[in-house]
Amino acid sequence: MERKPVIVVQDLTRRFGEVVAVDHLTLEVVPGEIFGFLGHNGAGKTTTVRLLNGILTPHGGTARVLGLDPVHDGPALRRRTGVLTENPSLDERLTGRENLSLYADLYGVPPGEVPRRTEELLQFFELADRADQKVGTYSKGMKQRLALARALVHEPELIFLDEPTAGLDPVAARHVHTLIARMGHEQQRTVLLCTHNLVEAQKLCHRVAVLEHGRLIALGTPTDLARQWVRSHRLELEVAPDSLPMAQAVLQTRWGISNPLLENETLILTGVARETIPDLVASLVTAGVRIYRLTPQEPTLEDVYFALHGEDRAPGPPPLGILHAGPDTKGRKR
Amino acid sequence: MNWRAIRAIVRKDLKVVFQNKGVSVPLIVVPTIILIALPALAAFAPALQGVPGTPFAGLDTFLQQMPPALQAQLAGYSESQAMVVLVLVYLLAPMYLILPLMVASVIAADSFAGEKERKTLEALLYTPTTDRELFLAKLLSAWLPAVGVAWAGFLLYTTTANLAAWPTMGRILLPNAMWIALAGWLAPAVAGLGLGFTVVISARAQSFQEAYQLGAVVVVPILALVIGQAAGVLYFQVGLVFGIGLLFWAADAVLLWFGGRIFRRSELAARL
Repeated sequence: MERKPVIVVQDLTRRFGEVVAVDHLTLEVVPGEIFGFLGHNGAGKTTTVRLLNGILTPHGGTARVLGLDPVHDGPALRRRTGVLTENPSLDERLTGRENLSLYADLYGVPPGEVPRRTEELLQFFELADRADQKVGTYSKGMKQRLALARALVHEPELIFLDEPTAGLDPVAARHVHTLIARMGHEQQRTVLLCTHNLVEAQKLCHRVAVLEHGRLIALGTPTDLARQWVRSHRLELEVAPDSLPMAQAVLQTRWGISNPLLENETLILTGVARETIPDLVASLVTAGVRIYRLTPQEPTLEDVYFALHGEDRAPGPPPLGILHAGPDTKGRKR
Repeated sequence: MNWRAIRAIVRKDLKVVFQNKGVSVPLIVVPTIILIALPALAAFAPALQGVPGTPFAGLDTFLQQMPPALQAQLAGYSESQAMVVLVLVYLLAPMYLILPLMVASVIAADSFAGEKERKTLEALLYTPTTDRELFLAKLLSAWLPAVGVAWAGFLLYTTTANLAAWPTMGRILLPNAMWIALAGWLAPAVAGLGLGFTVVISARAQSFQEAYQLGAVVVVPILALVIGQAAGVLYFQVGLVFGIGLLFWAADAVLLWFGGRIFRRSELAARL
């Protein structure tokens, strides 16, 4: 049975003066999906979250979220959504427990359930031992966890997470990633994740939308986007040590790669078009190069992102002769 | 109307507000001066008779500047008693109004502009409260304590004034009808004025300090009343207090209507 989308957005537009923050955005998000919103700062991610929760009014287009119109049904909609704002937006003069209780009241959690719900969340987010201390004394990671707990205090069906790991240390970020994965994969909640952390998106999201200047420039699963947008690959080539000079010579004379990167006795070739790999291997073998290992690296979301923005992902040798140019712009979704 | 959410915001605002020294210090110092120090000093007013540089240097001359109706009110008293009545009942009356004005302004500045400054507004905007509930909660957070302080202050002032006046008067001086009108009718209106003005200012101000400093302008009408009475242009009696109250309530209505138009989610979110 086809699942009814949780979010349906059609030509959504919002301006701030002359600046178009969200420009004719059209997309759908289905239940249980972890949907990523990628883009630079100012790409329109946060504005879209505000529009979808009815705290900003659009200048054009329509949106239905959980079957409701954010403009006219804002309070009813916000009762069913939870938002982790980019800034934790916590009252630092209140304790962690007071912050959660306040928002439990504001979100209409039944009064008898508030103490149990806040205690459960404090335990779950490993904040129970500091629950009665002022939030101003918390570390950044603790504040982020508390803000996440606050977004979940009323058990929302749809969760918006705006840069949930921004500024966190790797351990705290990993902790948040585990929580998001659990919400999406185990609890079957729908999550809309705004991030410019591409590794995070690759790891967590079922599908991603890439925004640029408020416009949707790509939409799909990370794998689909990689196939669609990244035609060149990164290869790791390990050869016998005595074959290394010959391999370098062949790469330079035949393929125009003058100084391939050498990492741990492995040559790193970037920008190799997939269909040239057999010829590349054949030329090396013919020249007597003894190949131990050739590993094509699957393009990451990071590769997709930089391909979309027309930027080189990493420094390296000039691209090989048969490289594809950038993707066909006619294929861009608007 | 979601009263549970409104109560939660009011409770939160008050808890947060009184942890700010910029708010709590003036809320202790100013009432202490107006409600205790100034009326207590009135006990020494008779001793100031004839002291150059004070209004009591020549009381007759000073009283002659007063409106005839006030002169009639003081006619049956000795000079010392007239002096005490003049100070405690009339001259300090407009000063008392500074109290609700200041409390409302300080709390509103912290509640409206301070929320922006602390970056806590955004999470509040994402809650299911309506714009009207959010605005009402913010108004009540400032207005209720201002009226509470004004009424508690009225009791404190009455007590201090009676104690200070007793050696000279030998009887209970306050409350009288004018002071009851002042506390019951005019003080809540003055609190509303401070509140409404600060709400409008806070829409543009980026910090508590900025809103508080700009909002201080609202003290001008109260100072005009203080000076007007000291200069003999007017004197506080029930009719005048009622009339000024009407004007202030009308000003409150205009300011709050305007504030309500500014305080819209979409407008606030656009400025985040």
